[in-house]
Amino acid sequence: MNEIGLPQILVISVALFFIGVYGFLTRRNMITMLMSIELILNSVNINFIAFNKYLFPGKLDGLFFTVIIITIAAAEAAVAIAIIINLYRKYKSIDVEDANSMKF
Amino acid sequence: MLHSKLIALVPLLPLATFLVIGLFGRKYLKNFSGILGTLSLLTAAVISFYTAYEYFFVVGKNAAGVYEQIIAFKYTWLQFSPGMSIDMGIILDPISIMMIVVVTFVSLMVHIYSMGYMHGEERYSTYYAFLSLFTFSMLGLVLASNIFQIYIFWELVGVSSFLLIGFYYDKPSAVAAAKKAFIVTRFADLGFLIGILVLAFYSGTLDFQTLIERFTTNSEYYTAVTAASFMGISALTWGLVLVFIGGAGKSAMFPLHVWLPDAMEGPTPVSALIHAATMVVAGVYLVARLFPVFALSCPPALDVVTYVGLFSSLFAAIIACTQTDIKRVLAYSTMSQIGFMMFALGISGYGGEEGLGYMASMFHLFTHAMFKALLFLGAGAVIHYVHSNEMKDMGGLRKSMPVTHITFLIACLAIAGIPPFAGFFSKEEILAAAFHSNKVVFVVAIITAAITAFYMFRLYFSIFWNKPSYAEASAGEQKVEAHGHDDHAHTDHAHEKHGEGTKTMLLPLILLGLLAIGAGFIPFGHFVSSDGKGLETEFHLMFSLAPVGLALLGILLAMWLYKRANTKPTRISEAVGGIYRAAYRKFYIDEIYLFITKKIIFNVIGKPAAWIDKNIVDGCINLSATLAENFSETLRPMQSGKVQHYAMFFFVGVLGFAVLFIYFWTN
Amino acid sequence: MIIGGAIMAVTSLKIFRAAIYLLFSLIGIAGLYFWLNYEFIAAVQIVVYVGGIVVLIIFSIFLTHHSGEDMKAPKIAQSVFAAIAAAAGFALTLTLINRHSFLVGAEKAVEPSVNNIGMQMLSTTEHGYLLPFEVISMLLLASMIGAIVIAIKIKPKA
Repeated sequence: MNEIGLPQILVISVALFFIGVYGFLTRRNMITMLMSIELILNSVNINFIAFNKYLFPGKLDGLFFTVIIITIAAAEAAVAIAIIINLYRKYKSIDVEDANSMKF
Repeated sequence: MLHSKLIALVPLLPLATFLVIGLFGRKYLKNFSGILGTLSLLTAAVISFYTAYEYFFVVGKNAAGVYEQIIAFKYTWLQFSPGMSIDMGIILDPISIMMIVVVTFVSLMVHIYSMGYMHGEERYSTYYAFLSLFTFSMLGLVLASNIFQIYIFWELVGVSSFLLIGFYYDKPSAVAAAKKAFIVTRFADLGFLIGILVLAFYSGTLDFQTLIERFTTNSEYYTAVTAASFMGISALTWGLVLVFIGGAGKSAMFPLHVWLPDAMEGPTPVSALIHAATMVVAGVYLVARLFPVFALSCPPALDVVTYVGLFSSLFAAIIACTQTDIKRVLAYSTMSQIGFMMFALGISGYGGEEGLGYMASMFHLFTHAMFKALLFLGAGAVIHYVHSNEMKDMGGLRKSMPVTHITFLIACLAIAGIPPFAGFFSKEEILAAAFHSNKVVFVVAIITAAITAFYMFRLYFSIFWNKPSYAEASAGEQKVEAHGHDDHAHTDHAHEKHGEGTKTMLLPLILLGLLAIGAGFIPFGHFVSSDGKGLETEFHLMFSLAPVGLALLGILLAMWLYKRANTKPTRISEAVGGIYRAAYRKFYIDEIYLFITKKIIFNVIGKPAAWIDKNIVDGCINLSATLAENFSETLRPMQSGKVQHYAMFFFVGVLGFAVLFIYFWTN
Repeated sequence: MIIGGAIMAVTSLKIFRAAIYLLFSLIGIAGLYFWLNYEFIAAVQIVVYVGGIVVLIIFSIFLTHHSGEDMKAPKIAQSVFAAIAAAAGFALTLTLINRHSFLVGAEKAVEPSVNNIGMQMLSTTEHGYLLPFEVISMLLLASMIGAIVIAIKIKPKA
């Protein structure tokens, strides 16, 4: 394997990002949609760390940002679960197709 | 020196009165509005007389011996281009000053008379408001210095007359008459407007003085306007003829005369004001105002004026012989006399002796206003007394209504042209002018004058003679007639108490009667003439013999037929048969108009236009609405309520923007 | 491992399996961090993400899913469109990355030891992250309260 440099890591993170997008658009279960969002957020984290390591080794900004993102992702997952539980109570299902009363 | 600012009060006083009475009369002023209107008009009349005195005597003629036109007031209102603007101005020259004297004086008489005639009327204050509005409009018309200003006031006069004719708005006939008057005159005004536009286009100005100057001197405007032609007739002729059409509509010339007889539906004082003295002479005034252009630059237009006027006067005289409604007879007589004025203008030349026709026409306007208003007011008194307009209900009234009788007689003598009453002098001038320029016109005119004498005295004898006495005649008919008036009991005693009318009704009659006698002696030619210089007139006794003789013949004929009730008139009318019927039916002109409008215009033009409007115009709008509806229906499913659809659109959109910005954005 | 786990996570029709595949993916990412010598972040990742969030997800699956059943497959049209969109985005980004030349920083590396991180996080000077730290605390508090409020069941008055 050739030198693992920045571009390779970026490829990984980009691939992860778009897999997450595909999953978000495709999945019918709300919880799996949430999982796809987690993937997206993780890809962003990888990006930050990689840039920090390779482009700006003298500072730790990327690291801090990553910490912040992890924190926020956790908080957001918690709120999302709460919402899903609420929706489950209303529609008795966690299929996104069933939660369509906001249509025309 | 002439107090020019004072002149502005003359039209503005009636305007102010109109506003005050119109806004507050109903609630607050009521009966006082009559007095208010009369007082304000009295002031206006005094100012007019004073102005006339100043203009003719104090300022007098200028160095060239001409009464010059003074612009007392000018305000540029709308400017279309340098030189062409609609100004609001006041012009003072012999004819305008004469007109304001006539208008204010007759209006004042009508105001005083109406205090008695319209007493007890519920909409008393509205009536006076309308009268003031009309007076204002008419005064504005005669004082206008700009042809568009005259058009504005022309329309205002039309509106005021509409309001006044349709005053009794719960009578359908009155409403129809008001509508007819307005529509016919409006139709004529279309011609007027086109004429204004043509003249303004070629002369580059709307101001009277400049316009006249440009068209009468040999300027570039004159050559341009005579060079341009349409269907073989020069633009100047078209412009003037169109303007004359507007004047003909207002002055009830044939064939635009149909509104005048029906306009008698209004209250009688209104008829006196509008249809005797003021509004109907607006057309004559307009031609007089533009007279230099007519006479010097465009003789063909002047010929049109002559023949229309001549024909109308003869036509109306014939019809008047057959009518039985007092006011209709007087209406046709007005039309006939205005025809006189028109053709007098038509045959006139310009300047000096040639301008005799002009002077005579204006003189006749002046005297006619006096005696025609007197006739109408007198007729109003008679109608008020017998509660009917028809001649067959009258007769023998000379003992019951002495003042009215005498004044009416004076007016009839004046209109017949018997010396020394006013009408004699003015008619003589007209006939003299006709004799000198056009013999055909002279012959027709003299015949018309004779017929005039005949039908006027037919009217006179039918009202005041014919039956032994009104009281005796009506005593036998009391039980037959049923009347709606509760406050006039049908006994002789009540009639005498009711009498001829209150003093307010009699006073104007007397005043006008005096003027009808005396006005003839004014040396009119000194003041009003076609070019501003004075004109001496003299009377040839031999010349006057023929017309006066014919008039006396007419009077005798009327006396023979109508002084005592007999069957001669009915036998004559049956003998003449078809002609009598045609004349009685006003020569079927009204029926022709109705036919044209109903069958032709409505069906051929009106219905297709309505179809187009409903189907095509509305259809377009409906089509656009349907399109919008369909479009939105197709867009509707986009809002599906599913999060993933939204996310998909969002994501694709972001991708698209990213591509756009990265690759295609050239900064 | 990361990619494989991710793909399986998004396509598996059995929900538990999807969660477990997510778990694998996250562990793989932690491994990546270790390899990049950022131990601290790797530790944080494992503790918070793996230990916290995935566990949370599994709890919620218990609460809401009739477990045992498979999830319904997505509509074909939908998945095709999504695939195309994702692939397009992927291609775009890849071209961008390839074209761009990243300048490798030549500064002296700062050792990301825990000591350093702690000092820097709480300092208020330049590169200090005190304010975001505090704000994040507030955010966590708010989200906790919000989650409770949203999910609370209002007992009907007896």
